[in-house]
Amino acid sequence: MRKLKFRPCGNFKERYEQDIAIFETDFGRVWVWVGLVLLLSSVPFIAGSYTLYIINSIGIAAIAAIGLNILIGYTGQISLGHAAFFGVGAYAAAILATKMGFPFWLSVLAAGGIAALVGMIFGIPSVRLKHLYLCIATLAGQFIIEYVLMNWEGLTNGPAGIILPRATLFGLDISGDQSFFWVVFVCLALMCWMAVNLIRSRYGRAFIAIRDNDLAAEGMGIPIFRYKLLSFGISSFYAGFAGGLWAYYTTSITPEPFTIFLSIQYIAMIIIGGLASIPGSVFGAIFIIILNETLSRITEYIMNTGILSGIALTVAPLREFVFGLAIVLFLIFEPRGLAEVWRVVRSSFRLWPFSY
Amino acid sequence: MKAFRGQPTIFAAAQPDNRRAELTVEALSLQFGGLVALQNINLNVKTGELLAIIGPNGAGKTSLLNCMTGYYHPQQGRITFNGEAITGLHPHKITERGIGRTFQNIELFPGASVIANLLLARHIHCHYSVGLAALFWPSVKREEVRHRRVVEEIIDFLEIQSIRKKPVGSLPYGLRKRVDLGRALALEPKLLVLDEPFAGMTLEEKEDIVRFLVELNEAWGQTMILVEHDMSVVMSISQRIIVLDFGKKISEGSPEVVQNHPEVIKAYLGDSG
Ligand SMILES: Nc1ncnc2c1ncn2[C@@H]1O[C@H](COP(=O)(O)OP(=O)(O)O)[C@@H](O)[C@H]1O
Ligand SMILES: [Mg+2]
Repeated sequence: MRKLKFRPCGNFKERYEQDIAIFETDFGRVWVWVGLVLLLSSVPFIAGSYTLYIINSIGIAAIAAIGLNILIGYTGQISLGHAAFFGVGAYAAAILATKMGFPFWLSVLAAGGIAALVGMIFGIPSVRLKHLYLCIATLAGQFIIEYVLMNWEGLTNGPAGIILPRATLFGLDISGDQSFFWVVFVCLALMCWMAVNLIRSRYGRAFIAIRDNDLAAEGMGIPIFRYKLLSFGISSFYAGFAGGLWAYYTTSITPEPFTIFLSIQYIAMIIIGGLASIPGSVFGAIFIIILNETLSRITEYIMNTGILSGIALTVAPLREFVFGLAIVLFLIFEPRGLAEVWRVVRSSFRLWPFSY
Repeated sequence: MKAFRGQPTIFAAAQPDNRRAELTVEALSLQFGGLVALQNINLNVKTGELLAIIGPNGAGKTSLLNCMTGYYHPQQGRITFNGEAITGLHPHKITERGIGRTFQNIELFPGASVIANLLLARHIHCHYSVGLAALFWPSVKREEVRHRRVVEEIIDFLEIQSIRKKPVGSLPYGLRKRVDLGRALALEPKLLVLDEPFAGMTLEEKEDIVRFLVELNEAWGQTMILVEHDMSVVMSISQRIIVLDFGKKISEGSPEVVQNHPEVIKAYLGDSG
């Protein structure tokens, strides 16, 4: 067996394969595997049902956030319609499951595919529009989709929403918090890995080139428009897939959650987590979901406490306020997000105890 | 130690047939509003040739290159490459057909390393699909390794081994120009188009680049168009020179012919005087 490398004290690479590997050392790879196994084998048994619900929501949000990071962080195309594509995925899964009897895995995959198509259609303005203008165009997409979900009653059942059948996989019921946890986190791990692979391939390089200098990117033979659409497609696939999982998880969906506010939350996740960083997207999802949950618990608590209910009305918008504050603070103090914080912490650990 | 120096495989492997680079420009005219940038330009490039295009600042050299590489759309005229009309094609289509260029004001990706910049130029030579890339299939890995090797050969050829991992933005100007040349080479172009590769360089840096260009052209048969506003360097290395002034071709021929052409002398004296 090949010797494992744990603590490199220099660059001793001898093959190009080593240079394009995801983990520089076996240390990193081993830790990720150990971490995954620990996560998958312990969390569902020690966490209560409410905690599991939060953790599953984080996993689902993280999948969507990775998609958005591919689009915004790597390709530089700002989209305010990510929640809408998430919604399209949720509805696609619900409709396929109820009207056509698709099994769980197929309707979630198809949800990704349908969202990818819709995302590519709403990505078409990116051929001409950039920056703020593209932002506005995708905002229009967000509102159009919201409108359709609400008003195309024949398909979406309108405000009444759709109730999904129980999720089953290989004949097993997986709709409980515990079993859904495994499904979500296996999917998250796979989709993280695929995103990292895409980024280190020619597709990722092309996306980054388009973001940094589209003139030169074209000179390198990259068909810009096609790659922008591809990025919209991949990003919406992630959103739609996450939406499909979420629809099954909550078992009943209505058009309400898929608003511009949710789109902004996804943007907040990737800014706070770290633009152009796949682990960053996951950190951002953890941060935002926990922040969100904490804030709504606090407001709830204040509302229900007799003495404090007088000020309840004034603290109700607190949630939005703290939320905005977190984004602003990150933009000012750590624009590269939690991923950078993590990197700094990790590298000081890696060098420990020889920190010089 | 120079593992690849002297025989970069990308050049050695190239069959004479797929190095063919015949470019013709016929009656090309380009206007910006009322400003005539190019007027009735005719020229051709033959395989294996090093053609220089010179002219004072604002003569229209960059505009001509931009027409050839698809960045500008000429109002009149026709450009063909290896017998195929390429007028009005998108830049990426033209790059795919084998014309690779550098930019006058260096359009590198400053945040990315030298290797990453050169790898990007391998795009048109990568053939794997999105699906396989997402799974990092063994064939994808093999291809990536192959491109990485090509990039290393170019790094070796240009003698920039020591900066391969540095972000391009942190490099001094002369080295950035060299990386820019490397990136164009990584495209494996049939026709290499260089827009003022010596601009703003010290004498030593210029000498290095001249050495690379001469080796590329003479030893590896790289067809090249070299745009420059400074006459002196160009005179010694090019086989044929075209002189532009105010968007018109005022002279064409061997260095000696051009050098003594009265209109060329006037254009250059007028420029400096
Ligand atoms: N995109 C453009 N828009 C308007 N005018 C341009 C543009 N590009 C070039 N020109 C004009 O065309 C003329 C030739 O410019 P250029 O080709 O850059 O000259 P050179 O490269 O020989 O110095 C100049 O007068 C310049 O101002
Ligand atoms: Mg110029």
